[in-house]
Amino acid sequence: MISFNKRNPLQDIPVTADHFKKTSIDEHAAEAIERESISAWRDAWLRLRSNWIAMTGLVCLVLLILMAIIGPFITPYDYYTNNLELTNLPPSAEHWFGTDDLGRDMFARTWMGARISLIVGFSAAAINLLMGVIYGGIMGYVGGRLDNVMNKVSEIIYSVPDLLVAILLVVVFEPSITTIILALCVTGWINMAWIVRGQMMQLKNQEFVLASRSLGAAGSRILFRHLIPNSLGPIIVTLTLAVPSAIFSEAVLSFLGLGVQLPAASWGTMINDSLKAMVIYPWRLAFPALFISLTMLSFNMFGDGLRDALDPKMKK
Amino acid sequence: MTRYILVKLFYLVVSLWILASVTFLLMKAIPGDPFMSERAVPPEIKARLMAQYGLDKPLYEQYFIYLNKLVHGDLGISMKMQDREVVQAIRDSFPYSLRLGIVAIIVSVAVGVSLGMLAALRHRKLLDTSSMVLAVIGVSVPSFVLASFFQYLFGVKLKWFAVVGLNAPLDYVLPTIALSALPIAFIARLTRSNMLEVLHSDYIKTAKSKGLTAGVIVRRHVLRNGILPVVTYLGPLTANVVTGSFIIEQIFGIGGLGKVFVISISNRDYSLIMGITIFYGLILMSARFLTDLAYGFIDPRIKLGNGKEKAA
Repeated sequence: MISFNKRNPLQDIPVTADHFKKTSIDEHAAEAIERESISAWRDAWLRLRSNWIAMTGLVCLVLLILMAIIGPFITPYDYYTNNLELTNLPPSAEHWFGTDDLGRDMFARTWMGARISLIVGFSAAAINLLMGVIYGGIMGYVGGRLDNVMNKVSEIIYSVPDLLVAILLVVVFEPSITTIILALCVTGWINMAWIVRGQMMQLKNQEFVLASRSLGAAGSRILFRHLIPNSLGPIIVTLTLAVPSAIFSEAVLSFLGLGVQLPAASWGTMINDSLKAMVIYPWRLAFPALFISLTMLSFNMFGDGLRDALDPKMKK
Repeated sequence: MTRYILVKLFYLVVSLWILASVTFLLMKAIPGDPFMSERAVPPEIKARLMAQYGLDKPLYEQYFIYLNKLVHGDLGISMKMQDREVVQAIRDSFPYSLRLGIVAIIVSVAVGVSLGMLAALRHRKLLDTSSMVLAVIGVSVPSFVLASFFQYLFGVKLKWFAVVGLNAPLDYVLPTIALSALPIAFIARLTRSNMLEVLHSDYIKTAKSKGLTAGVIVRRHVLRNGILPVVTYLGPLTANVVTGSFIIEQIFGIGGLGKVFVISISNRDYSLIMGITIFYGLILMSARFLTDLAYGFIDPRIKLGNGKEKAA
C-alpha cells in the first residue's frame, strides 16, 4: 500500500518553470559518421594484416618473386655456360650456391628455376581462372538443364587422374613450358568452376539480387555489379592455392624427366640431377630443395590467411 | 541406394572409356611409327612388323581391336622390352608398390586422424599449434625433397636405415614416411576442423548437460561425427600415394610399378606407358567409386546421386 501520509522530502523544493530548458534532439548528429567507413576489401586487408603468419608468407613471396626477376643478373655467371674445370664446387664467395656437375653456377640456375616455377604456377592458375569462371559462371547463372549436363561433364573430366593425363600429354607433345602449363590445365580448372558455380547459385537467390532485379536492373548489371564482385573472395582464395599445386605438379613432371629442356632447368630437374651425387655433394640438393619448399610454404601460409580474411565463414 | 550405385558405376565406366580413348588417340598422334630407329629397316620387315602389331589396319579398326582387347584385360606388348607383355610387367612389379602403398595409407589415416583429434581436443594449446605447423610444412614440402632429405640424414649420415631397397621390414620406414607426409598433413587438418565444428554443435551441449563424462562424449559423439568426412579423402589419398610412388620408388630404388612407369617414360615405350596409365586409371577411379559408395552408406544425408560438393 502506498502511504500518502509520508511527505516526500523533494516536495519541499519549489519547482518553477525556469528549472526547465527546452531542448531538441539533433537528428543529424545521431546519423553522423564518427569514423571513416570501411569497405569489405579494406576490412579484409585489416584482418589479413593482423595475421602475422599470412604476412610472413606474403613477404617471402614478394622476396622470392623479386629474386626470380633480378637474381640471375646479380651474379656475374650465367645459368648455361659449362665450366668443366670448376665442377661440383661447394658454396663460396665466387659461386654463392656452388656449381653443378658441369660447372654451371648454381645461384643463377636456382633463380632461373624460380622463374620457371613461378611462370608455370601463375600461368596455370590464370588459365584455370579464366576457364573456371566462364564454365562455372554459365553453370551457376543459367542453371537448369544446361547446368545439369555441364556439371556431369565436369564430373567425368575431374575423375580422370590429373597427373596421369599431364604425363601423357607431355610425353606426346614434347616437354616445353607451354606444353607443361597446358597439361596442368586439362583438369585443373574444374575445381575453380565448381567454386564459381556454387557462389553463383547461392548469390543469385539472395534478396539483394531480387531487389536489384525488381528495380529493373539488366542481367548484365546484376552479373557484373552483384554476382561477380560478391564471389571474388572464394575465387581469389582458390586461385592463391592453385598456384602452389601447379608448381608442385611441374616439379613432379621435371623430376620424372618431363621438365623444360636443357640448358634451362626447373627446381624439379635440379633436384633430380643432384640426387645421383647426393652423398658427395649434398649442397647441390640443398638450395633448390630449400627454395621450392619455401615457395610452397609461403603460398600456403598466405592462402590460408587470405581465406580467413576474405571469408570468415569459410574458415577451416 | 541401388540407383546411386548404378549412377556412380556408370560414371566409372564412362571415365575409364574416356581415359582409354584419350590415351589411344594421343599415342596415335605421335609423329612417326614405333619402329623408327637409326638403323634403316628394310621395307618388307617393317611391313611385317606393322602387320604383327596390327598397325596396318585403318584407325577406327585399330581402335575397336584395342578396346576389345582392353575389355579382356589385354594391354598389349611392350615395344622396347622384347616380347614382354604389359600385363606381365605390371604383375611382376605391382606387388611391391601395393605393399608399400597399403602401409602408407594405413599410416596416413592412423597418424593423421590422431594428430587432428589431439589438436582439436587441445584447441589453441601448444599441441594444437605445433601439430598444425607440422601440417602446413607437410603440405608444403614436396615428397621428393622430404624423401631425399630423409635418405641423406637417416640413411647416409646416421646409417639407421638402408639407403635403397625394400628387403627388410625396417626398409619400409623411410619410404612410408616420405609417401604419407602429405596425406597425414591433409587428414590432420581435415579431422581437426571437423572435430572443432562438432565440438561446438548443439548435441554436444546436450550430451554435456545430460552429465556424460568427457571420455564418453568424445568417443561416442565427437569422434564418430568428426572422422566421417575423412572417408571422402580416401579417393584422393590413393591418388596421392600412387603419384607419390613414381617419385619415392625412384629415390629409394624400389622395383615397383612406379619405377617401371618412370623408366617406360624415359624409354618412350609407348605401349607400356599406355598400359600402365590405364591400369593406374582403373585403380584410382575404383578408389573414388568405392569412396563415394562408402560415404553414401555412412552418411544418410547424402541424397541419391547428388554428392558433388563434397568431392571438391
